[in-house]
Amino acid sequence: MNLIVIIIGAIFVNNIVLNKFLGICPFLGVSNRVSTAVGMAGAVAFVMVLSTMVTWLLQRYLLDPFGIAFMQTITFILVIAALVQLVEIILKKVSPSLYQALGVYLPLITTNCAILGVAVLTIQNDFNLIQGVVYALSNAIGFGLALVIFAGLRERMDLANIPKGMRGIPISLVVAGLLAMAFMGFSGIV
Amino acid sequence: MNQWQNFSKGFFKENGVFVLLLGMCPTLGVTSSAINGLGMGLATTFVLVMSNVVISLIKNLVPDKVRIPVFIVVIASFVTIVQMTMEAFVPALFKALGVFIPLIVVNCIILGRAEAFASKNNVLSSLLDGLGIGLGFAMALTMLGSIREILGNGSLFNFKFVPEDASTMLVFVLSPGAFIVLGYLIALVNRIRKVS
Repeated sequence: MNLIVIIIGAIFVNNIVLNKFLGICPFLGVSNRVSTAVGMAGAVAFVMVLSTMVTWLLQRYLLDPFGIAFMQTITFILVIAALVQLVEIILKKVSPSLYQALGVYLPLITTNCAILGVAVLTIQNDFNLIQGVVYALSNAIGFGLALVIFAGLRERMDLANIPKGMRGIPISLVVAGLLAMAFMGFSGIV
Repeated sequence: MNQWQNFSKGFFKENGVFVLLLGMCPTLGVTSSAINGLGMGLATTFVLVMSNVVISLIKNLVPDKVRIPVFIVVIASFVTIVQMTMEAFVPALFKALGVFIPLIVVNCIILGRAEAFASKNNVLSSLLDGLGIGLGFAMALTMLGSIREILGNGSLFNFKFVPEDASTMLVFVLSPGAFIVLGYLIALVNRIRKVS
């Protein structure tokens, strides 16, 4: 499979949020403002690429040779949790300004199922390391794209006159449904 | 709080999906049919009950600082058990649920109950709490799956009740349908909660 197909497929056709339903919690939780959405997307992209790389190496050189592939779930979640902690500590030391921008979102990422999901999907699709990294990066871009568009829609929605029972989460979900419908227009490109 | 309340609150008053809005990813991702929703719900219930029991047993042995990683390891072990059991006995369902089975680990409902309930209560209460919240989750997923399957496929639990060539609203089985049906269901539950 060539890289262009992976990129287009992950960003538009099988968008991680709107088509695969991974990372719904931050999608609904931090999409009130475009600026927070951008911060969250940046932090996710960073951790997603890093964790996919590390988990791929672990799967290839530790789990597979020793025949303990059934330990995948436990290993991956621990690696991701440790990685997030590590990233937080390093960022705090090395780049305080970046830490200021991403810091509040980092602890939330451990329980973001998109990270574990992409790590598992990379293994399931039999990608090599380069394909895996590209796949993770495109998924992160797809996540950011969906998050920013949705935040923009919600900012507009603040001004709209919405029936009382639908305010808050219900109307957000219906809007997300319409956005998913728009993304269905991309199906068939690859 | 008596034991009956520990069990029954999960169905309506503290329903994980409709009221607490936790565990959204599997809720939206696997409910394209009633049977998938039910399978996912029962798998989650098993993990929730077992992890609640184990965590309430070990709660005094675990130092406070490392409790979250310990909880995650306990949960991940039971998820692995579910994963291997399902692959062996119900391979078709295992394939349909796909990546969402390993993702039970990061379902916020499970860690949420471990942290908020099992780490503070005795074994029996934790077991009933896990069972109630888990079955409430299964009920919500089955409901969502049934509605989507009826509207989008004209069938329920694979029993088709429209003619083979009848056109159905396919969009409800696809991803937009998940968001829209769940949105309206939550609005409905909010409405009922207000009246009662």
